[in-house]
Amino acid sequence: MTGFTSDEMMTIAAARALKNDDVCFVGIGAPSAACNVARLTHAPDITLIYESGTIGTAPEVLPLSIGDGELCETAVTTVSVPEMFRYWLQGGRITVGFLGAAQLDRFGNINTTVIGDYHKPKVRLPGGGGAPEIASSCGEIFVTMKQSKRGLVEKIDFFTSFGHGEGGNARERLGLRTKGPTLLITDLAIWKPDQETKEFTVTSLHPGVTREAVQETCGWQVRFAAGLAETPAPTALELDTLRALKARTAAAHGGQEVA
Amino acid sequence: MATFMSLAEAVSGNLFDGDTAAFEGFTHLIPHAAAHEAIRQGRRDLTLVRMTPDIVYDQMIGMGMARKLVFSYAGNPGVGLLRRLRDAVENGWPHPVEIEEHSHAAMANAYEAGAAGLPCAVFRGYKGASLARVNPNIRSVACPFTGEELAAVPSIRPDVTFIHAQKANRRGDVLIEGIIGIQKEAVLAARRAVVTVEEVVEDFAGVHPNACVLPHWTVKAIAVVPGGAHPSYAHGYYARDNRSYLEWDAIAADREAFTAWMKQNVLDKDADVFAGRVAALRAAR
Repeated sequence: MTGFTSDEMMTIAAARALKNDDVCFVGIGAPSAACNVARLTHAPDITLIYESGTIGTAPEVLPLSIGDGELCETAVTTVSVPEMFRYWLQGGRITVGFLGAAQLDRFGNINTTVIGDYHKPKVRLPGGGGAPEIASSCGEIFVTMKQSKRGLVEKIDFFTSFGHGEGGNARERLGLRTKGPTLLITDLAIWKPDQETKEFTVTSLHPGVTREAVQETCGWQVRFAAGLAETPAPTALELDTLRALKARTAAAHGGQEVA
Repeated sequence: MATFMSLAEAVSGNLFDGDTAAFEGFTHLIPHAAAHEAIRQGRRDLTLVRMTPDIVYDQMIGMGMARKLVFSYAGNPGVGLLRRLRDAVENGWPHPVEIEEHSHAAMANAYEAGAAGLPCAVFRGYKGASLARVNPNIRSVACPFTGEELAAVPSIRPDVTFIHAQKANRRGDVLIEGIIGIQKEAVLAARRAVVTVEEVVEDFAGVHPNACVLPHWTVKAIAVVPGGAHPSYAHGYYARDNRSYLEWDAIAADREAFTAWMKQNVLDKDADVFAGRVAALRAAR
């Protein structure tokens, strides 16, 4: 298979990380496409949950918002928002939380709240929504985002969602019993936290991507794993599934970008 | 005891300057018509509460109605940021707005605690999150049995909550279907509740016994406003008007464009315009 974009590679690599028996809390933004490609390829029985209360949803097109009507119409059940956050998330029923990020640091801490000082912001972003507790209550966290020096930064301005803090056993010291970020999928590479330091380390480069390209779009000094792999290129099925999903979505939403 | 009345009467009799007011809706069933009526009546100095303030809160803040905003995600879903809110927070236009920011889990718990008559909500949250450092209403308590440190936030007790729902029956019971969000908790947490509905039916015969129904004695006023959630949607009635959400971004980007749009589409209109706004979306639902 040749001829795919780095965006498509990112979505497909992210989809592959999900298992058929996962119960996945789908964050707003890039994760939604990856989660639905997983459902439409190797993980048909995956349970996708959106924070609007839809459990086990199977939308034909990607939702524009986390509360689109089709999420409810195709769900196994739709519960209230407090039930979602109390019984299902806090209750420990979710295996994977899949999040996007405006800013991310090397330890998987995420900022979607504010650029600059909180009280005198340079840019006021929408805020965390469900993310602070998704990050602490899901069994583990996958993050997906495009690489850029503005996105992958040495130091985030605000801890919207706690990842591994300053690294090491920071989660344990805070009393967190979940794994936190275990995977970062970008448009260039797959990253996993170092077992000791918890710093995200590149374990696999997407086809045709160089170490230099990864470094140039990252705000910290990148570490590469010893046995650096190459991400398998998208299969025809994966690519067809993603493109068909995007085409259905564009037709349904009149060409709008989806969240 | 629910009384049927016009939207103008329902708003003027239940929303007052200085109130803490929630216009709730989690993407679905957002009470736009009620908020527009509040804008026309020129209420001021409000503490506006909502988990997901979107374009209708952008409108109310841009019109200078809010003293404070309590929220957990302030964005235009699928589009981006709220430009009027940003202008208020970053530049103080038309006047500064105080913000009290939470996570969804915190606000959902706080509404539920309000409905349950509790002074605060306790939950497992905010671990390592910076919000706990900038919002003094985020505190912690130790579980008296295990010693576990848990987050605590004050319950939400609005003076008045506005919601939109699909149906009321003749008696004034209210039926909410689809993504029910936080509507039931927001109504039961409030001192007064005002509901706009798509239609009134004789009774709820045939409705599932576990359906989300608010009995008539939990609601003060009901106004029939077909299309009253537009550009949000009403499950079973009409689809979300995604184009309006997209167009809002450009309107809200400019103070003059915003002011002109509000005059033309809100101040010079009344609640009757909503039915027409969803006419084309009924088929698409």
